[in-house]
Amino acid sequence: MVKITFVQEDGTRQEVTAEPGLTVMEAAKTEDVPGVEAECGGACACATCHVYVEPEWREAVGGPSEMEEDMLDFAFDVREESRLSCQIRISEKLDGLVVKVPSKQF
Amino acid sequence: MSDTNPMQATDDETGAPIETDALIIGAGPCGLFAVFELGLLDIKAHVVDILDKVGGQCAELYPEKPIYDIPALPIVTGQELTDRLMEQIKPFGPTFHLGQQIDSLSREADGRFKLTTDRGQIFITKVVVIAAGGGSFTPKRPPLEGIEAYEGKSVFYAVRRMKDFADQDVLIVGGGDSALDWTLNLQPVVRSLTLLHRRDDFRGAPHSVDKMRSLVASGAMRLQIGQATALHGADGQLERITIKTKDGEEQRPFTRMLPFFGLTMKLGPIAGWGLNLDENLIPVDTEKFETSEPGIFAIGDINTYPGKLKLILSGFHEAALMSQAVHRIVHPDKKLLFQYTTSSSSLQKKLGVR
Repeated sequence: MVKITFVQEDGTRQEVTAEPGLTVMEAAKTEDVPGVEAECGGACACATCHVYVEPEWREAVGGPSEMEEDMLDFAFDVREESRLSCQIRISEKLDGLVVKVPSKQF
Repeated sequence: MSDTNPMQATDDETGAPIETDALIIGAGPCGLFAVFELGLLDIKAHVVDILDKVGGQCAELYPEKPIYDIPALPIVTGQELTDRLMEQIKPFGPTFHLGQQIDSLSREADGRFKLTTDRGQIFITKVVVIAAGGGSFTPKRPPLEGIEAYEGKSVFYAVRRMKDFADQDVLIVGGGDSALDWTLNLQPVVRSLTLLHRRDDFRGAPHSVDKMRSLVASGAMRLQIGQATALHGADGQLERITIKTKDGEEQRPFTRMLPFFGLTMKLGPIAGWGLNLDENLIPVDTEKFETSEPGIFAIGDINTYPGKLKLILSGFHEAALMSQAVHRIVHPDKKLLFQYTTSSSSLQKKLGVR
């Protein structure tokens, strides 16, 4: 199992464990992490599962695909560390991953 | 492009009220299959959808994505499922009214329902089938503080009349075709135009991007790479907008903003029809899938009942049972004989295969 920590705008931290192979969005929804809405259910079609990847994890997580980059146009306050959590596949090398949940999803 | 919202005005309405047996709200997979199940029972249907195409979420959100849990179709894309359903319901000749939304619903003295769309089309129908999925697709509202106060006054999600934007300093936000098309259309009309996008890459058609870039090069408009973070003004009238770029934040004067951030689903006018609701879903029974209002049914993702699963296949089942109940209302004097399409001559005749 892999540990993932979600950090809210107010600093609240929520650690969840998830099976490799799932997406970070699925891990968040399973544990009811607030602020990850995933309106489209993980089809990379809505941008409501937007998260910020913490700096030390950006290289391991990697950048968005072209389709995800297009969909990020529909997110709010997009930054260099922005990703759609439905497009981050969990693997052992992401054990300990920390992502921030934005203050608002669209 | 005409001077209207591209989401609307897709078919010609005569304006005369349309009388029908059933009015289906929503042209997603469940609404489409309801045409089939109703059609087998000689119930004529009209279908209304706010999108300018049929298929609902299957066509709007994931046309290319595979679906793996449709019985007997091990893999099918959202668009393919839609196309196949359209072929299946062809014998029943449903009429589609696309690009419009039902605004109001009331019951007539004779027990039928009167529904009016946002384009003024009136339907008089014996039953209403709500197959509205996650609700109607509406433009996304940027989560900028206090934006509601500006909407309809100086912030718009669609352009109805271009001349309303003359003599205005307009900020268009977005990087897709809507943002680019309205940039090109409004630029000659307005006092000043700025296109704001978070990156210097556009999803829109390449020739629109080229045209926009040449307007920028000639000084006819501005392109800014960044994001809007705050609105400033009074009484619904925009005065300035804070824009965050890689160099920091600055306030710039604008009198109109047009954000184009795609679509989201909202329950919409259904909330005002006097139906019992449970967290934006419509409770129904599991025998007829009828709502708290006799004669109004709800199938698919929009309904709720103990054990409900939001699956397309569940919606298909709900359409079949709903149709049995609708038959008792539309043809009260006819006995309903249960038949199979495999063996019934009369069903096969309706399907045009005999």
